[in-house]
Amino acid sequence: MNTKTVVAKVALEVLVAVDLAREVRGGYCSDLLSDVLAHAKSGDLWITHQRHLNVIAVGKLRDVAGVVFARGLCPSQDVISRAVAERMNLFLSTEPAFEVAGRLHRALHP
Amino acid sequence: MSPRTPLTHKRIFRVSSRDLEQAGTVSTEVRRDLLSLGANPDVVRRAGVVCFEGEMNIVLYSNGGRIILIVREDRVELLFSDRGPGIADIDLVSQPGYSTAPDWARELGFGAGLGISNMEQNSDLFKIRSRVGAGTVVRATILLGVPFF
Amino acid sequence: MKLCEIAALLDARFVTGADQAEREATRTFAADLLSDVLAMVREERVLLITGTVTPQVVRVAEVMNMGAVLFVRGKLPTATTVEYATGAGVPLLAAARDMYETCGILYRAGLLPAKRKGLPMDHVPPDPPHP
Repeated sequence: MNTKTVVAKVALEVLVAVDLAREVRGGYCSDLLSDVLAHAKSGDLWITHQRHLNVIAVGKLRDVAGVVFARGLCPSQDVISRAVAERMNLFLSTEPAFEVAGRLHRALHP
Repeated sequence: MSPRTPLTHKRIFRVSSRDLEQAGTVSTEVRRDLLSLGANPDVVRRAGVVCFEGEMNIVLYSNGGRIILIVREDRVELLFSDRGPGIADIDLVSQPGYSTAPDWARELGFGAGLGISNMEQNSDLFKIRSRVGAGTVVRATILLGVPFF
Repeated sequence: MKLCEIAALLDARFVTGADQAEREATRTFAADLLSDVLAMVREERVLLITGTVTPQVVRVAEVMNMGAVLFVRGKLPTATTVEYATGAGVPLLAAARDMYETCGILYRAGLLPAKRKGLPMDHVPPDPPHP
């Protein structure tokens, strides 16, 4: 399912859209960067509460389809700017991570 | 300034820097004390949150310090004081999402940058004072009998 | 859902607190960062889903009167932490699945997200750092 469709189905707010045609192959929920580095897969939509600048670098390294910040935790402008520079999709949800993950899972595995 | 209401209970706890084994134990003790004093569950929970966050801040970011629990007829007070390094910009560190947590701390589930915000949200009165090179004092007060929304 | 039903759905096991297997958990919160749990959870008996296995996780669960803690990603706390949880009466479960899959399965099974008050900081971007 492409990112644009996922965004609509999961009801995400778009913060940075560099490639909404990108295929989302799955999801990954984690706030621990070492864990994401070890286990997230290319094409995963990464759901997190972590707003540290390193999120962009880690997401890029794992080639995620995008990062979703849960429960309305909007990242700062320098994180957003870095995402633009690194060409990483960023999204925001006012819903908690559990809800976002649940909706995503349901959308990808109907 | 109104006369101070009688003191019901006072306890001082020491908190060591970087002691992750013990971090959180003071919060448990504070909860236990309050429960045995018959405090209502909402007060116990709020005090637990305030104490946990304050305690973690001393452990993670300071050179060590102490927590004082003071219970009066009309309030529960938690005082956190440490020996440094002090906070240069209190407004900045109080912002939700701002964290100075080192990477090792983030990997242990800390560093969300919500510690001070959580303390403030659960207190009726809240004050931080700090001096770089000296230390920091945080005072959080939960007023008893005041509705909390 | 009962804790034992949740365990069955996820192929999870009880690390401690199996005597509470019949305990009900209707709502859940998933996070690795502890302050998010302290900020978000407003009601009792919420199931905490987390990959953080420090002793502080159990203390947070205690402070927030949570129903149980479910460790994901095959992570397990130390014996000391397990012992503490046993004494504090906090059931601990462990699943090999990752957090996303765990959330997906429980969501489809009807578990609800923990309710919380809207906090002033939600949906407000942090102010830019002072120059």
